[in-house]
Amino acid sequence: MKRSRIGMGAIALVAASALALTGCAAGDDEASSPSGDTSAIVSTNGSEPQNPLITTNTTETGGGKIATSLFAGLVSYDADGAIENEVAESIESDDATTWNVTLEEGWTFTNGEPVTSQSFVDAWNYGAKLSNAQSASYFFDNIVGYNAEADSELTGITVEDDTHFTVELIAPEADWPLRLGYTAYMPWPTVALEDIEAFGENPIGNGPYMLAEEEGSWNHEVGISLVTNPDYDGVRKPVNGGLEIKFYTDLDGAYADVQSGNLDVLDAVPDSAFETFESDFPDSAVNQPAAIFQGFNMPYYLEHWSGEEGKLRRAALSMSIDREQITDVIFQGTRTPATDFTSPVLDGYSDSLEGSEVLEFNPEEAKKLWAEADKISPYTGTFDIAYNSDGGHQAWVDAVINSVKNTLGIEATGKAYPTFAAALADRDANKLTGGTRAGWQGDYPSLYNFLAPLYTTGAGSNYEDYSSEEFDSTLAEGTKASTVEDAIAKYQDAQEILLEDLPTIPLWYSNVVGVSADTVSNVTFGWDSVPLYFAITKG
Amino acid sequence: MLWYTGKRILQMIPVFFGATFLIYFMVFALPGDPIAALYGDRPPTEAVLEQVRARYNLDQPFIVQYLLYIGGLFTGDFGTTFSGRPVTDVMAAAFPITFRLAMLALLFEAFFGVLVGFIAGLRKGKLFDASALVVSLLLISVPTFVIGFILQYLFGVQWGLVRPTVSGEAPWSELVLPAVVLASVSFAYIVRLTRASVSDNLSADFVRTATAKGLSRRRVVTVHVLRNSLVPVVAFLGVDLGALMVGAIVTEGIFNINGVGGTVYKAITLGEGPTVVSFIAVMVIIFVLANLLVDLLYAALDPRIRYAK
Repeated sequence: MKRSRIGMGAIALVAASALALTGCAAGDDEASSPSGDTSAIVSTNGSEPQNPLITTNTTETGGGKIATSLFAGLVSYDADGAIENEVAESIESDDATTWNVTLEEGWTFTNGEPVTSQSFVDAWNYGAKLSNAQSASYFFDNIVGYNAEADSELTGITVEDDTHFTVELIAPEADWPLRLGYTAYMPWPTVALEDIEAFGENPIGNGPYMLAEEEGSWNHEVGISLVTNPDYDGVRKPVNGGLEIKFYTDLDGAYADVQSGNLDVLDAVPDSAFETFESDFPDSAVNQPAAIFQGFNMPYYLEHWSGEEGKLRRAALSMSIDREQITDVIFQGTRTPATDFTSPVLDGYSDSLEGSEVLEFNPEEAKKLWAEADKISPYTGTFDIAYNSDGGHQAWVDAVINSVKNTLGIEATGKAYPTFAAALADRDANKLTGGTRAGWQGDYPSLYNFLAPLYTTGAGSNYEDYSSEEFDSTLAEGTKASTVEDAIAKYQDAQEILLEDLPTIPLWYSNVVGVSADTVSNVTFGWDSVPLYFAITKG
Repeated sequence: MLWYTGKRILQMIPVFFGATFLIYFMVFALPGDPIAALYGDRPPTEAVLEQVRARYNLDQPFIVQYLLYIGGLFTGDFGTTFSGRPVTDVMAAAFPITFRLAMLALLFEAFFGVLVGFIAGLRKGKLFDASALVVSLLLISVPTFVIGFILQYLFGVQWGLVRPTVSGEAPWSELVLPAVVLASVSFAYIVRLTRASVSDNLSADFVRTATAKGLSRRRVVTVHVLRNSLVPVVAFLGVDLGALMVGAIVTEGIFNINGVGGTVYKAITLGEGPTVVSFIAVMVIIFVLANLLVDLLYAALDPRIRYAK
């Protein structure tokens, strides 16, 4: 889960009432010219990158959106999450294990160095090497030679020549090319390895944009200035002159900036404006599902929550929650009730998986299942859901708790932790007393990315240690499938197993909500909730 | 006087060590592993986590961490943030902005607060006095962030007179509105403090004496009444400078100012020990110096107050 900045809930609430008191300004209607000024700088919101802009160490949204603007990988994603070749001419495999990558000729970094096979191999090797402690290192764990315990080379990668290399995977993965647009897989010029710190501060890429100046483009905590890279000739050719990404610590200020025309594009909306943003920006408001899944987990180590009894109780819990009502009332329609474990923006998403009726509000059935579980062992104690109070979760936790309480007639309460670190510590140490909020934002547009890291036995983000041989083997069959379609079918089968076990209780998908000032047009949001900056026209 | 000043400055040493130790301990005692939390629900491998922990000495016991931090201070190394930036860089960016903001706020509240309070005190019971009391009551009872949001909305969004948020360089002109918001509560206190003090002094013996001596009303009021009324106000302003730097957290959040408040808030939620301690240590020093300045100003304002050896 990419960590988002911490909002101030109380302030947001008051802001909402302040706005209501003073009346809200509606955006002016103005026909925008379709062409626009190709030298105009588009301003947009962002947040201070958590780390220097080293692509293999950038796994949060603030740095991610800058890195994907500065670099072009083998492929990039279009608005629907489908891949288009960027530096790659072709990525082919007969067995989904050995992949032949051919690069297009003529790509250069902004320092003039050509983009070669070595540019990719060097970056990937750096990212995978243990002692470099890169946060995205596990993205290389399926390449032969990866070692999570000691320094090692990715021996599975063989450079044939400047435009050809092969990658040997440890196990077959039919949709491996889908990954390659992710930040972790970007190529580096040789200067990166000479001085990685300087590179992280002033990255030299091959993407649609480059830093406006050699030094000082990244004004820490304030913003970063990018201009169009004249040498870039890929599929994301900018129709504007550059990007001014301003960092905001609080979305309310950013929202006021768009309202007053000081900011062109805002790719999020503060909680306080959920109710009004669509009327404030009738022409530009965006509200559509994103690749963000949210739910809550019930640890198996708790009494009443394991085995057959636990399964019944989780199903009862799931059916006692009125997702439609909560997304409407608490989130003002900026969440979409979940029907699976992935996201509607993905290829292979389904709202009609076998067993998905367990995600519908059904109080009678919920009571029945709960009573059945009580026959195995009567429920005692209070049911709670843990959340970090610095993340704006209280409102929905309370709503879910109420839904459960009213339907099942049990004692239930929200359990607040002061910080994410504190909540994570108890979760990590198996010290929870009840449910815990869980979320996932996709790294790349594949069902696999929403399933494998969270539910396979022993996976990194499988905190509650869910383990199902059936699930593991169905997922593995999916990865071995020779076509993406076959793989998707298997991933859906795997999800049907999850619907039975409910290792996590799906709640909803976050929507991407955003607004833009009337200074710009053609603002489209990609599958990853980031606007396609290159396509924005201004003036 | 010189001896007194020197003694007060020497006293800062134990205050500095005591404060940093306590704060470091409190940050250390925050529950949870800050490094694990840094990665959200997407943990890297345990080996990576260990390396990052070691980089920030978080694998060491508390006392070792603290001593390493203090040891670093003597070589000018204030530690690094979790994003790898030297804390000194972060401080160099944040303190000037908050200092400008606090200074503007202080000037605003001191000038207008004393002016309004002084007039209200002279015209006790009149319309001006009554209005000043109502306005100050309103400012004290309405939380700062409400005032902030309303002014931001009116001036920034509705009327377009200022930018709703402050740009990165935070020039003086853009800081005026945030400073007014930041100063609002203290302004109200100063109005009331000055008013009460002026109306007390108007009936004091030394004022009667001065009037009896045949001094003009103007001289009595400005030199005798005002000067003596300023003693409690100056005391308040000294304490308030510290409060402003801390109180800036809300104002800075509303106007997206990259100052001390927001940085400390973020560092605390991240559990970034060196950043929190370094910032607060500097704030402690500013606070102590401001109090020293206030004590010295006392003597200048009221000759009866003298600091003997």
